[in-house]
Amino acid sequence: MEQSRAAAHPLPVRIMHWIGVYAIGCMMLSGWEIYNASPSLPFQFPAWMTLGGWLAGAIAWHIGAMWLLFADGIAYLMYGIVSGHFRRDLRPPTPAAVGADLGRALRFRLPHRLGHYNAVQRLLYGGVIVILMLAVATGLSIWKPVQFGSLTALFGGYPVARGIHLTMMGLIAAFAIVHVALVAIYPRTLVSMVAGVPADPETPS
Amino acid sequence: MIRKPVVSAADIAPDLNRLRRRGLLRGGLSLGGLALLTGCDLSTHSGVDAALWAMLRFNDRVQAALFNPSRMAETYPVSAVTTPFRFNAYYPEWQVRSVDAVDWRLDVAGLVADKTPWTVDRLRTLPQEGQITRHICIEGWSQIGQWSGVPLAAFLRRAGADLRARYVAFTCFDDYSTSIDMASALHPQTILALDFGQQPLTPEWGAPLRLRIPVKLGFKSAKNVRSIEVTNTFTGGYWENQGYDWFSGV
Repeated sequence: MEQSRAAAHPLPVRIMHWIGVYAIGCMMLSGWEIYNASPSLPFQFPAWMTLGGWLAGAIAWHIGAMWLLFADGIAYLMYGIVSGHFRRDLRPPTPAAVGADLGRALRFRLPHRLGHYNAVQRLLYGGVIVILMLAVATGLSIWKPVQFGSLTALFGGYPVARGIHLTMMGLIAAFAIVHVALVAIYPRTLVSMVAGVPADPETPS
Repeated sequence: MIRKPVVSAADIAPDLNRLRRRGLLRGGLSLGGLALLTGCDLSTHSGVDAALWAMLRFNDRVQAALFNPSRMAETYPVSAVTTPFRFNAYYPEWQVRSVDAVDWRLDVAGLVADKTPWTVDRLRTLPQEGQITRHICIEGWSQIGQWSGVPLAAFLRRAGADLRARYVAFTCFDDYSTSIDMASALHPQTILALDFGQQPLTPEWGAPLRLRIPVKLGFKSAKNVRSIEVTNTFTGGYWENQGYDWFSGV
């Protein structure tokens, strides 16, 4: 098979992406119900946005879906390193490249080529992976602040770690909004994350 | 002739709450419901709820494996103690029940050699340990408090308990109950607290005797204890039987 005929997103990435969407969705919605039990900000999430029905149900969902997210995340990280996906596609961009691509994106002049990642995409996708890892690490630190005491101390103690966990949730939600909005603008990217659509040819930028 | 009611309001409160929750859930669609095609909150008999209960049991086993008996909860200076301390129970503060400490006895049951009930005075003759630790609620909030009393391990040894038994169960005179694993019961920071903030416990903080177990979430630290049973039979607890995570280690 020629290089240009390779799928924009390899099958393992597509599978792990959708398992991740389900796991993160469960974590997010049940997390909002848990947040509502003791809100640290002056607002609560409406009941229709939450999962679990009440605190115990939400916690059962949260520590159940946790394993799915953990397994999916580990599999994705290992795949990303071994396959070269991270090195090839998600290399951290330079600030200048982000500035240039962001400027073009805001003027709707940034072409979207399936299977190739511009600087803004590298920043967003690389960033959300780091944020997800921080969400998992802070989550573990507030789940087991005695058994994982050094991790909790690293995040500044239980109340601060809980605040960081909540902040990471906010950043993931913000990423999801931008991500879904961009997919709505370029619907063929949704097709390529489901079916084995060939990557676009690389064009010089 | 007036007869004492066979069933009190407190007896059916958990069931009423459960029914109310189910009604609430059935009443409206939720994002969760839409995404998962079912409203699963541990109270239905659906397959998803069965899976959630199975995951809870699995998580209990993982938590027991993660539990390191020599790892201590962080301790704090007196200056870090939270004031005012937040009251928390399954009922509001005006419903706190109290007993006369002179009449009160702690019953000991199950796999123990000496089942003699304990008075407060006799408990005070045992070695006492103090601690200033963080009480972490399952709701997410936390506060630092100071307690002292008899290490549960010392008490169990004194009563000739079978330390190979699986559970230590607590029954309270406010109709609360909980149970913990033996490994956590024997942790050096697990105490039968008689004092809170260097003063004898008052009713709202669990007088005359409460469990204080900083290696578990706050609701495991049962207040107003009436009896302790050492057993191999899983007895769950007030919240645990409704779906709160039983092990609840931190």
